[in-house]
Amino acid sequence: MLSFLLIVLASLFFTGIIIRTKSITSGRKGPGIFQPMKDVIRLFKKGAVYSKTTSIIFQVAPSIYFASIIMAICIIPFGQYKGFISFEGDFVFFAYVLGAGKFFSIISALDTGSSFEGMGASREALFSMFAEPAFFILMGSLALLTGHTSFHEIFASLHFGSYISYILGVLATFVFVMIALVENSRMPFDDPNTHLELTMVHEVMILDNSGFDLGMILYGSYLKFAMYGAIIANLFIGIAPLYLAIPIFICTQFLFAITIGLLESFTARFRMNHNAQYILALSSVSLLIFLGVLLMLGQLN
Amino acid sequence: MNYISVRNNQTIPLSSIPEMDYPAFFELNVFTLLKSNTSHCVNYFGSPQPGQIRLTCCIGDDDLGLIHLSSCVVTAQQVLPSFSKHHLAYEKFERELHENFGIAYADHPWLKPVRFPFNAFDKNSSIAGYPFFKIDSEELHEVGVGPIHAGIIEPGHFRFICNGEQILHLEIQLGYQHRGIEALFVEKKKLLQRITLAESISGDAVAGHTVAFVNLWESLCGFQADKHLQWSRTLALELERIAICTGGLSGMCTDVAYQLGSAVFGRLRTPIINFFQTWCGNRLAKGLIRAGKTNFPFTPALKAGLNNVLNDFEKDFEEICEELFSLSSALARFEKTGVITQQLATTLGTVGMCARMSGVSRDIRSSHPHDLYWAFDHQPIIKHHGDVYSRAQIRKEEIRKSIRYIRKLLEEIPAERNDRSSLSSPGAGSFTISLVEGWRGEICHCAITGDNGELIYYKIKDPSFHNWLALAMAVRNNEISDFPISNKSFDLSYCGHDL
Repeated sequence: MLSFLLIVLASLFFTGIIIRTKSITSGRKGPGIFQPMKDVIRLFKKGAVYSKTTSIIFQVAPSIYFASIIMAICIIPFGQYKGFISFEGDFVFFAYVLGAGKFFSIISALDTGSSFEGMGASREALFSMFAEPAFFILMGSLALLTGHTSFHEIFASLHFGSYISYILGVLATFVFVMIALVENSRMPFDDPNTHLELTMVHEVMILDNSGFDLGMILYGSYLKFAMYGAIIANLFIGIAPLYLAIPIFICTQFLFAITIGLLESFTARFRMNHNAQYILALSSVSLLIFLGVLLMLGQLN
Repeated sequence: MNYISVRNNQTIPLSSIPEMDYPAFFELNVFTLLKSNTSHCVNYFGSPQPGQIRLTCCIGDDDLGLIHLSSCVVTAQQVLPSFSKHHLAYEKFERELHENFGIAYADHPWLKPVRFPFNAFDKNSSIAGYPFFKIDSEELHEVGVGPIHAGIIEPGHFRFICNGEQILHLEIQLGYQHRGIEALFVEKKKLLQRITLAESISGDAVAGHTVAFVNLWESLCGFQADKHLQWSRTLALELERIAICTGGLSGMCTDVAYQLGSAVFGRLRTPIINFFQTWCGNRLAKGLIRAGKTNFPFTPALKAGLNNVLNDFEKDFEEICEELFSLSSALARFEKTGVITQQLATTLGTVGMCARMSGVSRDIRSSHPHDLYWAFDHQPIIKHHGDVYSRAQIRKEEIRKSIRYIRKLLEEIPAERNDRSSLSSPGAGSFTISLVEGWRGEICHCAITGDNGELIYYKIKDPSFHNWLALAMAVRNNEISDFPISNKSFDLSYCGHDL
């Protein structure tokens, strides 16, 4: 319950902070941090326009996509407080609920029959597929380390003690940040601001969506950001009491958003064929974590 | 041999251009004149005569600084062997002749419409029926982009044939911007109307096209421009080069999503075009250049202002160039993207930046200098890789060089004269060709006057006319997601091509 509320709270300002950071670094004043939310509210007041070539899939996909994200957020715990849903092996459920949402957004892009959207869908599918092993190896390692298989128990029993565990914490944060960037189609994998259909990944898939549907997709991605921020925060909260845990959570979200803003300001994006290589390389970082866990457990003697 | 050699902006009687039969004309222009890298076709056009078409071919010789002219009279609907079969640089010119006059070429490799002009020979051809190249295959897919541009710049249709993410073939179809400018030049009788037309050929090359027109017109009228006029034209050309090249770098940064570069280069462009505004009241330099006079003499106050603008510009420009050209993520996108080899550049007859990026030395400022470029002894900036990186580097170095030239120009401003004679009317039966190195490359204007000194034919060639095909070739085997950055690095004009 608490984690759900905090994630919704963070989602309200997360994208605003990214945009504000980017504005400041390029010497502009920039919009207020609630502007993305205001845009979503404006979209929620509008009706949607559907192309004649699309079918029912295109109309239901945004809702399914949004629902899948809400469902995934319900699993995220907050320190020692469980999420709405918690059971053994729930991180597998988490990954595939998100996967189901993504599947629908991909087939809805194909449903429009546009050559651009097909291209974007194939890129998105490819990149998500490559990001999957990194997530599972990482979560598997953490499960092995703690001996538990649900988000709540893993995070609640994760203690930092030895040097190796700090290194593991840093690496795990890195992998989660990168997965969040891939899943949310941000720089350096995708450029959310581009107007060039040929270079887009996620943006091109939602070219045909409008009004309420577009609002759901946009707000869905804000929630997704805050959700990954919450997972990262959980790595550090542990069993800290609430008066410490909540500030840690908020600070982590802020830092995460500012990091993304800085990254997007000062680098160019990858060439498309380097994306796949780079994302796949995340899996090897995860393998490193797995190795570290084996070392800690003394399995490698 | 049977041709006449003229210098840039030299007026000759039309009758002095040798006329020959088509086989001799073919032999001369395909095999004799275009032998080395230092010669290229600057213009090849047909002018209508009663019942006939007079083809005029202008070959620029960069070593001697001459333009070799020859001509040939053919009748419409004659079937001719094409130049393009042997020399691809003629490809677009012959397509244009085919479209405008119905000349059929038996062995032209790619005989398709160019721009669907109002006065086309085949009145039934329409832009909707463009015959695209097609491939039947299960594996390949077509992607059509445009004619409405995603960044809402200018309209053009791009049809890709792709294997997954890889581009196998790109066909570029233009003509949406056709306004019939060449016909309007003849139709509009007032000089002011014609200058305004020249200013509207391409909005980002106002100084380039207007200088080409006024140089040509003054030569036709036998008017020798004094130092002050030449000085201000040279200054306008170099300022335009700085402004548009800076804007180009900003656009390239935007296309690789490098926000800092995009913002800083974009900001740097503004003071330069604002200087045009203080000088002549228009940010694109419209109204600045006039034949036989200037309405905006350069004053000492402007000199101080320009010095300040340049000092501020240079400092920030060097800093951001340092950042951009050492940023590995940007270089990874620029290098080896959209490559044109030297051989291909020569074959296609590219001009301007698109030639110099591939090691082809082609710069009107050094080979056929006009205005004050005699004084600079300009050495073309040559790069050799022919990729996006080379094009970015050329922009950077052109800007630096232009700043140096402007500083040199500012050292000594020729006094404005109040005793200029007014322009007489053009001589009868004359031909003039004017070449200008605009920021994009070689701009060519040709004019023919009739028996009473009236303009009877006007021909414009923007550098984009040569270079669009180079873009289509450059993106082959690249990823389709690299097309925007390649396109921006060429930065070709749609309306300059469509006229």
